Amino acid sequence: MSIALALAKAGAKPAGKRPYFLDQEVERVMAIAMAAVQELAVARERIDTLERLLEARGVLTTGEIDAFSPTPEQAAERGLWMQEYIARVLRIVQQEGEAITAGAHGDLYSEDVAVELAADAPV
Amino acid sequence: MDGSGETPIIAAAPAYNGLPDSRVVGRHDMFPHTTHDDVARINFLAQLNRHLATQVAPFVKTAWEARAEPRARAAEGRPPKDRHEVRKALLGDPMFATWSALRRMTMEQRQQTGRWIALREAETLAARAKALTENDPRLSLDPALPIPRYVSAVDHHCMAGSYHTELIPGDVSAGANYDVGMFITTGGLLGRWSDGGGRAIVEWVKREKPDFKPRRILDIGATLGHNLLPIAAAFPDAEVIGLDVGAPMLRYGMARAKALGLTNVRFIQADASSLPMFEDGAFDWVQTTMFLHELSLTSMRAIFSESHRLLAPGGVVLHVEQPQYTPEMPLYEQAMRDWDAFYNNEPFWSTLHEIDLDARFVEAGFARDKLIHDKVSADARDIFPAAADDTVEDFGRKAAWRLVGAEK
Repeated sequence: MSIALALAKAGAKPAGKRPYFLDQEVERVMAIAMAAVQELAVARERIDTLERLLEARGVLTTGEIDAFSPTPEQAAERGLWMQEYIARVLRIVQQEGEAITAGAHGDLYSEDVAVELAADAPV
Repeated sequence: MDGSGETPIIAAAPAYNGLPDSRVVGRHDMFPHTTHDDVARINFLAQLNRHLATQVAPFVKTAWEARAEPRARAAEGRPPKDRHEVRKALLGDPMFATWSALRRMTMEQRQQTGRWIALREAETLAARAKALTENDPRLSLDPALPIPRYVSAVDHHCMAGSYHTELIPGDVSAGANYDVGMFITTGGLLGRWSDGGGRAIVEWVKREKPDFKPRRILDIGATLGHNLLPIAAAFPDAEVIGLDVGAPMLRYGMARAKALGLTNVRFIQADASSLPMFEDGAFDWVQTTMFLHELSLTSMRAIFSESHRLLAPGGVVLHVEQPQYTPEMPLYEQAMRDWDAFYNNEPFWSTLHEIDLDARFVEAGFARDKLIHDKVSADARDIFPAAADDTVEDFGRKAAWRLVGAEK
């Protein structure tokens, strides 16, 4: 199936070792970010098309979206979505914040607990 | 409306001299299907390339002049002596590193974007090419052809599998990927059919050799024939043969040519360093377009020699390439132009642009007083009117080339 081929091979590595210009960890994150930036542009262009098609069919008028002002109820729903969205994106920061004090309360690596739990009772 | 009763001032649309939407690229029956998202990815990457060239690359020059060059000079007690020293000094500068990392990513994203489009319908495209070319003697493939080292060692411009790898029987996906993505790297500067190189050479030949009536024309490294078709169209009485080592390119190229209605073309899988299937003097014109930099010194010597043998007396060989590194070209520009050699898998690029090409022609048998040097550039006004005044330098990517060649 071509779609399986595309999924497996679209991002295939070309022959030839890849040069890194920044620290490899930094460049990896930057590459992932640039792919996300690209997909945001893709989504933005799709929304733009949608708006223009709706305008062309008279569903929307030009400027109607920019002039839109949510009701308080709508603003509350959207505000809640935005809070949840940001919390999702910054999960790592929340967890690192909680870790600052968790250590003082005996936070352990599961690997260490595994050793502890595997220890046989002294005979 | 503020209720004042005055006519509101409607702001004029801001002047836009940027890239056109990539939908201006010509569609033919072999062109892969693209979704709205595919096209948006192409648009984004073309715009990103242009941004890097116009908005970021100038900062690299600033960084070179303000800090990297002084640092290199202080470290060595002298200015950098060649482009390699400049490049190595640039590697330590964060602005060059950022620009390079982003430029590399655009190449990788361009390949992924095009491969997603081409591989997704690889079987459909292969079937379509087969329907267009089956039993057509004008497509001649040689599955036993050894792939030259200069093609197989690293995949040129990060194109996974290069020109020759076949993922399924009758594969054309490498050709489809190449066709659908050309707009990205060149930012629309090759015109509607990505054939700016071919159209430029036709214009040069018609102007400089108005009485030239070639019977047979050989285009070496033709890939999907995008630069060959304008030649075939301009010289309908000539037979134009496109040569390449990659079968997926040739299948796609033959099918594409037929889809576009060109009949006086052939596509042959062969290595141009040895073409015993053609007799001495079989061609009036041997052409390459942005091809020499993908070779090796050994293969280039063989191809120059073979070109000389294949040309009839009065024939002409023409190569379209990026400019050579001359003593007049600043070392900084040379180093920036070398980027593709080291970071975009074009390993012969650096060597090609420093060698004495004239000496290579003479070595191949051409007379020194018959050598040709000129400039040519693509005309992309059909899709990108502002391109006519384009002054953006993209270090090896701009559609402004040197023409080097020889008459026999």
